[in-house]
Amino acid sequence: MSEITPDLVRHLAGLSRILVTDEEVERFTEQLSLIVDSVAKVNEALAGVDVPATSHPIPMANVFREDIVEPSLTQEQALSGAPDSGEGRFRVAAILDEE
Amino acid sequence: MAKDELMNYEKALEMFEVVIGLEVHVELNTKTKMFCGCRNEFGDEPNTNVCPICIALPGALPAVNRTAVESSISIGLALGCEIAPNGRFARKNYFYPDLAKNFQTSQYDEPIAFEGELTVELPSGSVHTVQIERAHMEEDAGKLTHIGGSTGRIQGAEYSLVDYNRAGVPLVEIVTKPVYGAGAEAPELAAAYVRSVREIVKGLGVSDAKMERGNVRCDANVSLRPHGQEKLGTRTETKNVNSLRSIERAVRYEIQRQAALLAKGTAIIQETRHWHEDKGATSAGRPKSDADDYRYFPEPDLVPVQPSKELIESLRAKLPEKPADRRKRVQAEWGFADLEFRDVVNADLLDQIEETVKAGAKPQAARKWWTGELARIANSENMDVTELEISGAHVAELAQLVDAGKLNDRLAREVLTYVLAGEGSPAEIVAARGLEVVSDDGALIAAIDAALAKQPDVLDAIREGRMQAAGAVIGAVMQAMKGSADAGRVRELLIQKANA
Repeated sequence: MSEITPDLVRHLAGLSRILVTDEEVERFTEQLSLIVDSVAKVNEALAGVDVPATSHPIPMANVFREDIVEPSLTQEQALSGAPDSGEGRFRVAAILDEE
Repeated sequence: MAKDELMNYEKALEMFEVVIGLEVHVELNTKTKMFCGCRNEFGDEPNTNVCPICIALPGALPAVNRTAVESSISIGLALGCEIAPNGRFARKNYFYPDLAKNFQTSQYDEPIAFEGELTVELPSGSVHTVQIERAHMEEDAGKLTHIGGSTGRIQGAEYSLVDYNRAGVPLVEIVTKPVYGAGAEAPELAAAYVRSVREIVKGLGVSDAKMERGNVRCDANVSLRPHGQEKLGTRTETKNVNSLRSIERAVRYEIQRQAALLAKGTAIIQETRHWHEDKGATSAGRPKSDADDYRYFPEPDLVPVQPSKELIESLRAKLPEKPADRRKRVQAEWGFADLEFRDVVNADLLDQIEETVKAGAKPQAARKWWTGELARIANSENMDVTELEISGAHVAELAQLVDAGKLNDRLAREVLTYVLAGEGSPAEIVAARGLEVVSDDGALIAAIDAALAKQPDVLDAIREGRMQAAGAVIGAVMQAMKGSADAGRVRELLIQKANA
């Protein structure tokens, strides 16, 4: 069984700045547990087998871009998809307790 | 902001051992950002150096800047670090609008450089070796401006405006291991360490290294523990302290604040704190997230960085002189006494004096101007002397005008204020304002005679060897000529007159 608890779900919701109801906490606890348990099955399959952890499935490294300026968006283009903007900038809700 | 109780500094050190840890962020001066081809430029119109990658439009894919990787390796090597044969990027997840992706692309378990050390010298002359844990590559975040409320700070803000020009600018974060043993000098050690890191990245040419522009930023961790205790105390992390002087003050403040709490039996809260330069105090920010909360995981969109031995060795071969070696060399070249030289280093004026000497000034004259009059002006304006708008070439020109007898000290100081006001070079100002010293004997002799008429005893006094009597006449001549007289020449003429 996974270690997803209702408190952990509330903590994650807080970090993600998502408001969750008690009913949702219960539902997400169940769903996240199921997901984590399913993924954990991979560990079972590999039990006793010596396989190094792999982050990148394709053996490739050192893909670089040269330090050359490419065209950027215009300010209008950049802001065109923003729900709100002002003074050439994206306008967002003030978020307290951080800076 | 509630006022913190502070313990007397000496008493705090009697009761506790100070342990500090420093995280220095260095903004690289590459032409483009870390993961996209947008310009890396300070001060442009907001959101004009942005693209689908750095404002995180769906489907955009990052690509690593080769020059940024090489600069990071050079920084690692200059700090005596090992370079990782295999380095990965990782996503550091957090939800805050300074990055549009909801994560920062950083490095976690495989930083590009690790296990180095840096030797730094303190104002007192004591020498410490700071152990470096790691240096890793990451990206800077955008700039938030909080609108509403009275102060522009986050408290009371109604909304925030975001400029993503800085989002994605390459950063190298250099993290020390816990630093012990500096005792009362822990604040000075913190500042001296950051100064050395800044000298290194400036010497490498990989960063503009201007603290006032945020090219080099420091987060200072401070914790206290009773003498003899092995376990480290709970630490606080004071964020973004942006001048060397502030670093010193912030560390000192945290020592005094934490000591007062611990002495009362109050636990220290592990948290981020903000330094307020105006108030000379720190205030609580958010509780520090655990590394777990960031849900780091390997960045799937970027393949690992595996620098070849050849690349590493070619970068090592290009490393400039170490700061400590450079200091030894220039001190010998300039012939400064230890104390004189220490003042120069502590005022952060090595580059300025080097530039001034290169422009033709005598080393002692360069030192005198920078640590004297210019430092005084900066101090009275509450600025750092290095921020003054004057070049080494201008200072050299001024010193040469004095040497040539065209300016006396008073006039030179006056010219200096006009240089700082942007009126041009010293020679241009002297010409435009007609400020040259009067060493025309005719004019001086007339003024001397006028002064002697009021003080007839002075010539006798000089004949009797009482030279201090000459001062009254020289002063009167200076006053009559509004400070533009060549005092040395006045003295000579006066002596000639007495002996005639």
